[in-house]
This record gives sequence, structure tokens and C-alpha cells, in this order.
Amino acid sequence: MILRFTVNRKSVELETEPDCRVVDILREDLGLFGTKEGCGSGECGACTVLVDGEPRLSCLMLAAQLQGREVTTIEGLGTADSPHPIQSAMALHGGVQCGFCTPGMALTAAEFLTRQPAPDRLAIREALAGNFCRCTGYQKIVDAVQEASLVMAGNDRKKKP
Amino acid sequence: MKPSSPRRAGPKQPLEIGRSVPRIDGLAKAVGAERYAVDEHPENLLWAGVKRAGAAHARILAVDTARAEALPGVFKILTRKDVPGTNRQGIVHKDQPVLAGSVVRYPGDPLALVLAETKDALARALDLIETRLEPLPAVFDPDQALKPGAPLVHEGRPKGNLLLGSTITTGQGRAALKDCPARIRAEFSVPAQRHGFLETENGVARQDESGLIHLTVSTQAPFRDRFEIGHALGLDPMRIRVVAPFLGGGFGGKDGSTVQCLLALAALHADGQPVKMVWGREESFQAGYTRHAARMRYELGAGLDGTLMALSCRLTLDTGAYAHLGGEVLALAVEHAAGPYRIPNVHIEGRAVYTNNPVAGAMRGFGVAQVAYAMERMMDLLAARLEIDPLELRRNNALHRGDRNACGVTLTGSTGMVDCLTAVADHPLWLSRKQWTAQTPRFKRRGVGLAAVHNAMGYGRGLADSAIARVELTERGTIRVFSGVTDMGQGNATAYAQIAGQILGQDDSMIDVVQPDTFQSLPSGSSAAGRTTYTFGKALITACETLRAKLFARAALMLMLEGPDDLAMVSGAVRHLPTARDLPLPVLARMFTEADRTAIAEAFMPVAKDNLTSGKEFRIGFPHLLFAHAAHAAFVEVDELTGQVEVEHYLAATEAGRVINPQSFDQQVQGAVAQGLGYALSEDMKFQEGRVRADSLATYVMPTSLDVPDIVSLPCQVEEPSGPFGLKGVGEVGMNGPLPAVANALASCGIDVRHAPLTPERVLEALAGKKPRRKQ
Repeated sequence: MILRFTVNRKSVELETEPDCRVVDILREDLGLFGTKEGCGSGECGACTVLVDGEPRLSCLMLAAQLQGREVTTIEGLGTADSPHPIQSAMALHGGVQCGFCTPGMALTAAEFLTRQPAPDRLAIREALAGNFCRCTGYQKIVDAVQEASLVMAGNDRKKKP
Repeated sequence: MKPSSPRRAGPKQPLEIGRSVPRIDGLAKAVGAERYAVDEHPENLLWAGVKRAGAAHARILAVDTARAEALPGVFKILTRKDVPGTNRQGIVHKDQPVLAGSVVRYPGDPLALVLAETKDALARALDLIETRLEPLPAVFDPDQALKPGAPLVHEGRPKGNLLLGSTITTGQGRAALKDCPARIRAEFSVPAQRHGFLETENGVARQDESGLIHLTVSTQAPFRDRFEIGHALGLDPMRIRVVAPFLGGGFGGKDGSTVQCLLALAALHADGQPVKMVWGREESFQAGYTRHAARMRYELGAGLDGTLMALSCRLTLDTGAYAHLGGEVLALAVEHAAGPYRIPNVHIEGRAVYTNNPVAGAMRGFGVAQVAYAMERMMDLLAARLEIDPLELRRNNALHRGDRNACGVTLTGSTGMVDCLTAVADHPLWLSRKQWTAQTPRFKRRGVGLAAVHNAMGYGRGLADSAIARVELTERGTIRVFSGVTDMGQGNATAYAQIAGQILGQDDSMIDVVQPDTFQSLPSGSSAAGRTTYTFGKALITACETLRAKLFARAALMLMLEGPDDLAMVSGAVRHLPTARDLPLPVLARMFTEADRTAIAEAFMPVAKDNLTSGKEFRIGFPHLLFAHAAHAAFVEVDELTGQVEVEHYLAATEAGRVINPQSFDQQVQGAVAQGLGYALSEDMKFQEGRVRADSLATYVMPTSLDVPDIVSLPCQVEEPSGPFGLKGVGEVGMNGPLPAVANALASCGIDVRHAPLTPERVLEALAGKKPRRKQ
């Protein structure tokens, strides 16, 4: 099939099998290696991307499901020169160790913060419960999400007046 | 050669020891820019995969690849006959085949290696390979495996299925028990645990036109890999290059050959095409390494005042089908079996036993996590018998610097066990524990449990634990550290940058750390054993000091001084203090030839000198001289109706010498506790006839963000005089506390479970007063 979709605000057109996994398209066809695969069966959350703004597991999505949709991967959330607040917070507050869960975790957290801009720790933990991290014990990730929420609230205040 | 990561924005200040520094790789990882081995995806690659035996013990009659070979997209299929060299891998005992040809010893044994153009073709080819296996009697229980007449996992060994056994006796040994006024006996068991790193075992290999084999692998030991591959495939190790980018987790599970020999073999047959192998999660469970399941029988004797007098115990480890690091894990289990206590008379018997189960090996807390459970439960059983406060019982018996430990080693290094216990004892959470348990809701029970644990650092006696650091002033005038030891996520690369920054006065924009590459960095051992930052760090200090001396000497020439005195390193330059003249490092760099811009230094870890009378069987890795210490307290709430255990609060006081980076220190403590809570409450690989039953992340239950509470990390800094800037290794010790602390917390509210994990089922059984079932 000819697959047309948007990834990180750029239009993409490629020839693929309709049952090709989205994680493979992103990584192998588009070279977006920031999306990680941890289990291939929808349990670890490492391959999370945003599809039309919602977190989806790219190992469980097939090419045909992407037709006409808008995908944001970790590369589209922010870059080293211009990171999203959650990316800076993860790096600064110790939410990153081996870092393999980080892209999926950051995308999950970023979307969560758009829905719940001032969450408490339990709400953060609930939001992240689908993303395994084997290194950090989660605590500093929760710290980072809290920190990002404060930064984002500050940014909003700056923008509004 | 690329700098390892982009930098964070913000004001620049020189990296320093003792200050929280965000890890140098943090932002690159958070924006998805860091490249792991699994992100190597060269053009025109072949996918490699392995046909696994599926059977536990069998004679291989035939491996028929004809139908698979006929499949379009299949490039080549290799079997035992295609393996040059010894076909034997193994870190200490080389008993594991690269491809099995005559006998299958566990279901994960590889029988054929497929190279295919697509992943689809690979999967279909693996399905089409037909094997004819004649079943042999198998053995899955280490006690059964030691009985006369048990099926032999490896033929022709004088000790049958016993891989290694040893007994440590000090003082009067077991005989001393009869004189003890208080004696406690109990038995415990722990299951196999999986590391659960998110990046599964993987790598890419290619043989270039000159015959050189290049590998990029997710590995904890790139230098050892080179020799493993060389030995197994009969290749010159110096014709093999191993590159090890940042790992997506390791925890011991990537210490040893997983994909390495298979990839190198594939590369030999790939006509110069790159070959990539990535294990699926299920394959990782079945064919990767596990933590050793163990059975432990303990008898502890004390005076009525709680003074420990004698310990007798027997430890049986299930090492699985191949030796891997079984003997070395056993050595640490035996060495730590008596806990961090002074016990004048011990008799510790340890056995590592071959079975047809998956291969056990290194995992964080290497043999110690198992015995800490048993010993710390024994301490609480003794405290209950003698009606002594469990914390005081531990504090009164804890080892101090200068004491001889249970194996007879005099502790000359920092020994902060009492400091850790005191930090817990003084913490408000601990002080308010009785109020907390008094507020237990209906149908719940609340308990608080303690564990005092330690963990040896370094390889121990029997092989040199050394590292060689290389640091360079680049042509651009920046500082580059060539790490020889992988960063699997523990943050050692950042510690190296801090050490270089401290000595050379530079901020993180001026320093980069190149991850291990056997052609660029120098042999530095494995990322393991809590020795990584200690050993490489010591070498790096000397290398940086050498480089600094060179910089001063050249600067003196350029500034027309009589000598290198009065010079200082400042950000980006060497400054002559009396005249305030700065010589920028990029300018200085041009004064040097390439060879001269580099400094190299080596360091060794000190070893115990004590002349021990027992434990001679442990030729490698016994005993140790340095230990990290920790005291953990778990506050748990149990649902009497469901058996569910919630950990509500957790205190972890840790002594690992001086803290180089408080953020990394807390990360290591919190992460280890989380992994330990998984071990305590839910993680169990469940073998059935050698097959892993819990072989996915759905059935193998690891803690999520909702299962781990906030963990209070209390650093107890005691300077370790031998360590780089006074540090010791902090990575492992935190793993050893959670299981005993949670088990003791359960016992404190009337739920005595002796077999881990402490699942709701076992909790309910204990609540119903049934005898705990022994099950691994």
C-alpha cells in the first residue's frame, strides 16, 4: 500500500505492506531510532508515540492504521537545542538512567501534562503505570514530571498576558 | 569518532566531585538522539536468528535445514559443522557451545543460525528447520541432581552435576552451635529472577575486506568479548573489534556472551554484509542469563544477650545447564552468607549445581541477594526469640572496621554498617513506626521490617581487577576520556567526566566520554561487581594528573616561564597566576603531537591478604576486601482478604564510601530497591521442565510506577581511603535489602513466609496458618 501520514510535522509517503508494524516503519524506514522496542507485545511502553496527540504503542499498530494520521515521536517532541520541558526535566532531575524507557516515558508524560497540568504524585504514577522503567525506581521520573508541570505552568503564564 | 552527547543549556561551571551533576548522556537520551547498539541499522543488512532446541535434554540426531534454505530471502543457515574453533564459550569454565551439535542441555540451546534478508524470511526459516532429538532423562532440581544416579547434564565430570562446592569453616565451626543458649533453624528459597533490561540482547557485526570483524554490541564486557569470540571461533582476538555504546540496561545479564559469538560466526559467513541479531523478549527470557534460584538451610546460635556465636548453613544454587559464572556467584553467596556480622564460629557449605534449567549467572547482588534474605530473616527470628529489638540486635553484632568477618578477612576498608543502622534508627519514619502500625485500617495488617546488608566490591582474589584509562587533549582543545568500561545506565560515564573535570578544571562542554571501543579505549574489565567507577576512576585520576602535568609543562614553554609552577587549570585554559595570563587549551593543543596529547594510566583494586584456611575451591573471586553497606526499612500494609502487599514507605541508608554524585547515588539506591521489591513481591520466572513459563513482561511481573513508593535515600558517607576520591561501588548493595526487609515486615505482623516471592497466594496461605509450600 501507499502510506501517507505526518510524522513530526512532516508529510511522509512510503510504499509498505499494510501489516507492517509502525515501530518498524519509524525505526527502519524513517530512521527515527528514538522510538525504542522493549517487548514487542504492548507491555513495556518503550515504543510509545503520539498518534493524533494520543499515546499509542507503536509495536501494536500496523501501517494501515497510520493512514492520514499525525505521529509525534520523541524526535518531534523536542531536540537537544530546543527540548520540551519534560525532556529537560528528565535529564536534569535524574529521570534518565539507561534511558531506554525515556522516549516512551517522556511522550506519555508530555501528553498527560496537557490533560492534567498540575498533577499530584499519585496521578503521575497512575499516568506512567504503563511504561516500565527498570533503572530508576520511578521516583526521579515522578520528580521530573512534577518539575516539568511547574515549568510548563510558568511558560503558560508568560504566554498569556 | 563522535562526542557522546549534546549538552544541556545553562551556566557552565567546572565539573566537581561531590556535586549533583545531571548525567552527561541525559539530554541526548531524553530527546531520543543517543544511539544504542540496537539502533545500529546499516544498509543492506542481513538479519540473524537462532533455532533453539525447545527440549531440556536430548541427543541431537539431525538438524535439517533443507526446507528452510530453499525459502526465498534466506541467505545462509549454519550449524555446528560450520563453527570453526573450539565452539566453546564461557567466562571461567568454557562449557557452552556456540551452536550445539551433539547434545541439548536446556531448551534455550541454539541448534542453527539463520541469516536472512528480511525479518519475515528469518522467522519463517526458523519455523521450517526440522530437528530430530532423542530425549534424554533430565533433571530440574538441584538437590535431585546431586543424588547418585541422577541424569548427568555434562558427561565425564568427576563431580557429576556439582559445578563447584566449598565449605568455609572458622573457629569451632558447626560444633560451636551446641554451646549456644539460643538456637534458631529455618529453611528458605528464592526463585530465578530476570534482569528485565528494556533493551534486549542484540548487536551488529560485519567482516571487512581485510578480514577484521567489527561488532557493535549491547555488552558489559567488550574486552572480554573479544577473547571469548576469539577462543570459541578460533580467531585472532586482535582481529576483532568490539564497540559498546550506552546500554539499555544490563544489571549483569549482559556480562557474558549472548549474541557475540553467534554474530561473529554470522559475519564470517555473510560475504561482508552486516548482520544484525536482536533477541525477542521471550527469547531473552529463555536463552538469557538469570539470577540463581537458591535453597538455603540455616542454623544460628547466640547468647541470651543476642551476641552471635555460631552459624551453620547450607546453600544450594541452581546454576542451570552451563557454568557461566555459577562458581563465582556461589563464592559471593558463601562469603556473604553470615551477613555483615561478627560471628566467631561458622560453617558455610555452598554448592552450585548443574540442571537442565536456563543458565544462571551474574545479576546485581551476585549471590548476595539470595543469602541476605535467609540471614536477615534469621536475625529477626532470633530477635523475636530473645525479645530483643531487631535494630539493636543488628547494631550490637555489626562488623566494624578492624573486625574479622565470618570468612576470616580483616576489614581494613571503610565499614559503615553501624552508621547505616543508626541513620535508620534516627529517622522520623522509623521513630514513628509504632504509631503507623497502630493506625492500621480494618482488614489490613501493617508491619515494619529491617534488613542490614553488605556487598563485596570488585572481582576479589584470584584475578587482577584492573583498568586502564586513556585521556586526551583533542586537537580542538577539549578533553576526551576514552572509557574502557561500559555505561549500562549506572552513570559511570558521568562520574568519569566529573573526575576529569575536577582535576582539569573544566565544565561539561569541554569534556566528552567516549564509550568503550576495543580499538580506541584500553582493557578495563567488565562493567560489573561494583568495581566500575572505583577501578577505572582510580586509573583516570592518574591519567588526568599526568595530562595536567603535560599541559603545565607545555604551557610553561609557551609562556616563557622557568618551570610549570604557578600554573592553574581554569575553564578552557591554563592560567599563569602571577601574571593572570591565560593560554587557551585550543592554542595549547597545537603544541602537542598526537601521542603527546594522550595520557594513560592503570590502576588495580586491592585484595585481601589474609591467609584463609578454607574456601580454596574458589580460585576466582574469593574473598573480597571492600564492601558497601546498607540498612533498609520497609513499611508494608497487607490486605488480609486478598493477600496483596503494598510497600507504603521505604528507608534506605547506604554507605559506599564518599559520594561522587548525589543524584547518581540516589538513582542507584532507588533503582536497586525497586528491582529488589520486584524480587521480594512478584518476580518469579517459573521453570517447568527447563522452560520459562513466565517469559513475557505480562506474565513476569516487574514493578510499575504504582508498585514502588518514594524511597528515602540516606547517604552515610565514610571515606574509603583506597578509593578514587574516597568512593566505593554503590550499584549492587541496594538490591539485597528489599526482600528481607519486606519479609521481616510481614513476619512482624504475623505472616511468616519463607519462600520468595512473597506473593498474595503465599501470604494468604500463611494467614490461613497453612505450612508454607516449598516451591521454586
